[in-house]
Amino acid sequence: MAVPDAIQEALSVDLATDSVRVLNQRLHSDLEPRRVQVMNPAGRHSIAVGIAVAHEVEIDGHVGYYCAGMNQLATVRVHGNCGVGVAENMMSGSVIVEGSASQSAGASARGGLLVVHGDASARCGISLKGAEIVVRGSVGHMSAFMAQKGSLVVCGDAGEALGDSLYEARLYVRGSVAELGADCVEKEMRTEHLEHLSQLLERAELDDVQASEFRRYGSARELYNFHVENLGSY
Amino acid sequence: MGCMCGIAGLYVKSPALEPQLGEHLSRMLEQLSFRGPDSAGVAFYRDPAPAGSCKISLCAANPAPDWTAIGDRLADALGGASPPRVRASHATFVVAAEADDVRSWLSEHHPELRLMSAGSSIEIYKEAGPPGEFVGRFGIDQIDGSHALGHTRMATESRVTTEHSHPFSTGLDLCLVHNGSLSNHNRLRRNLRREGIHFQTDNDSEVAAGYLTWRLREGASLEQALEGCLEDLDGFYTFAVGTSDGFAVLRDPIACKPAVMAETDEWVAMASEYRAISVLPGAQQAVTWEPEPGRVYSWGRAPVA
Repeated sequence: MAVPDAIQEALSVDLATDSVRVLNQRLHSDLEPRRVQVMNPAGRHSIAVGIAVAHEVEIDGHVGYYCAGMNQLATVRVHGNCGVGVAENMMSGSVIVEGSASQSAGASARGGLLVVHGDASARCGISLKGAEIVVRGSVGHMSAFMAQKGSLVVCGDAGEALGDSLYEARLYVRGSVAELGADCVEKEMRTEHLEHLSQLLERAELDDVQASEFRRYGSARELYNFHVENLGSY
Repeated sequence: MGCMCGIAGLYVKSPALEPQLGEHLSRMLEQLSFRGPDSAGVAFYRDPAPAGSCKISLCAANPAPDWTAIGDRLADALGGASPPRVRASHATFVVAAEADDVRSWLSEHHPELRLMSAGSSIEIYKEAGPPGEFVGRFGIDQIDGSHALGHTRMATESRVTTEHSHPFSTGLDLCLVHNGSLSNHNRLRRNLRREGIHFQTDNDSEVAAGYLTWRLREGASLEQALEGCLEDLDGFYTFAVGTSDGFAVLRDPIACKPAVMAETDEWVAMASEYRAISVLPGAQQAVTWEPEPGRVYSWGRAPVA
């Protein structure tokens, strides 16, 4: 990814010596975009949460819960696995997980891009509110539960109850779906969807999968009070 | 029980690591202490008793009893017993008798002592209080062995006492640690009592342990007994079950409670959170994954099934 000119000298934070609070306060108080390298995360919780500046954060190792939660503008790359709730409530920017993610990855995220190169477990994209999630592997059960807006792209398989009680999010699955949730149905993949999906795969820098290999799923719109005349406001 | 709680399991593949088993498990418990500050407990598998003998772990309420005298009485009554190995409020003995005979002799002659575990190699230590203090008081970091389980408890429904702490013995050389809460434990406990299973507390996790004891007594393999949990237990759970050969892990089908597993050439570990695995040697290079819900995982020198 291109580095904006404005990015200042790199900052390095070693969590073997500094606390997560020290790291996060630094990420919050530094108003100029920076490259930040985080070492020895050792599964600690709440690493790089609440950033509101276009920092480029590289985390060398596995992280615990809520990594990069509430992210705005920043690019956070985890060279490892993530615990529960990576990028939960993300507003914008991007979060890239090179390993796998635990439950509730991208929960309630409103914007931005979450890419998981491994698998994501249960409840991936639960209550999704507008972000785009691309998972190179498979997702667990109850993924995209009550998802309202945004996209979930699964290059592998999806677990049980995919898209249960779904609103208007778009789901694309390349492999098998163990079971569709209530009110979630397969839908026709039209040109606009293929284009959208191709863009998402490109943004996620996945060039080994093609949009044409996916199926699309969405809401049957029978479970919630949907009025077609209000479509513009969704 | 406990909505939070932390659990840990460590199995060493390499005999060179066996002397450091307690040191590594202690570091895992330290990482999990914020998930369960109320009490802590461990089960170690080590130093098997000779054939025809059994090893027992006993716990005494205050004041500390004369363990040596108790050992002498065990030896006189049952045909031989080792001197006690005392750790804080607990002591282990190797007795030249069957576990059932030791149990009945103890309940008749020393009803004030609680039998924490019985078998060939298992030892259980547990107590109310912060995990860090527990590790120090019992010298947990000094204990060697082939594998061990640990638990840090945050109580949600029943009292904070040593009896309510984990691990729970579920039979000879078997024990259970649990993160979660069960909602049908009262009915299950009544049914199991009718089957002759004994309970010391009102704790839901003890009911899960009793359920496994009952299924194993009825001839189920450990794997079958654990699969039975998926049908018969209502609630949230990640279980780790220790056996003389290794340990097994099961998460409820909804997977409400976390679990991470990791493996290297030297060891296999499970924990509620990765941070407890991160303190093990070579953790960064370990194969690390999240166990799937409703599936039994097991390790050991012999398969559990």
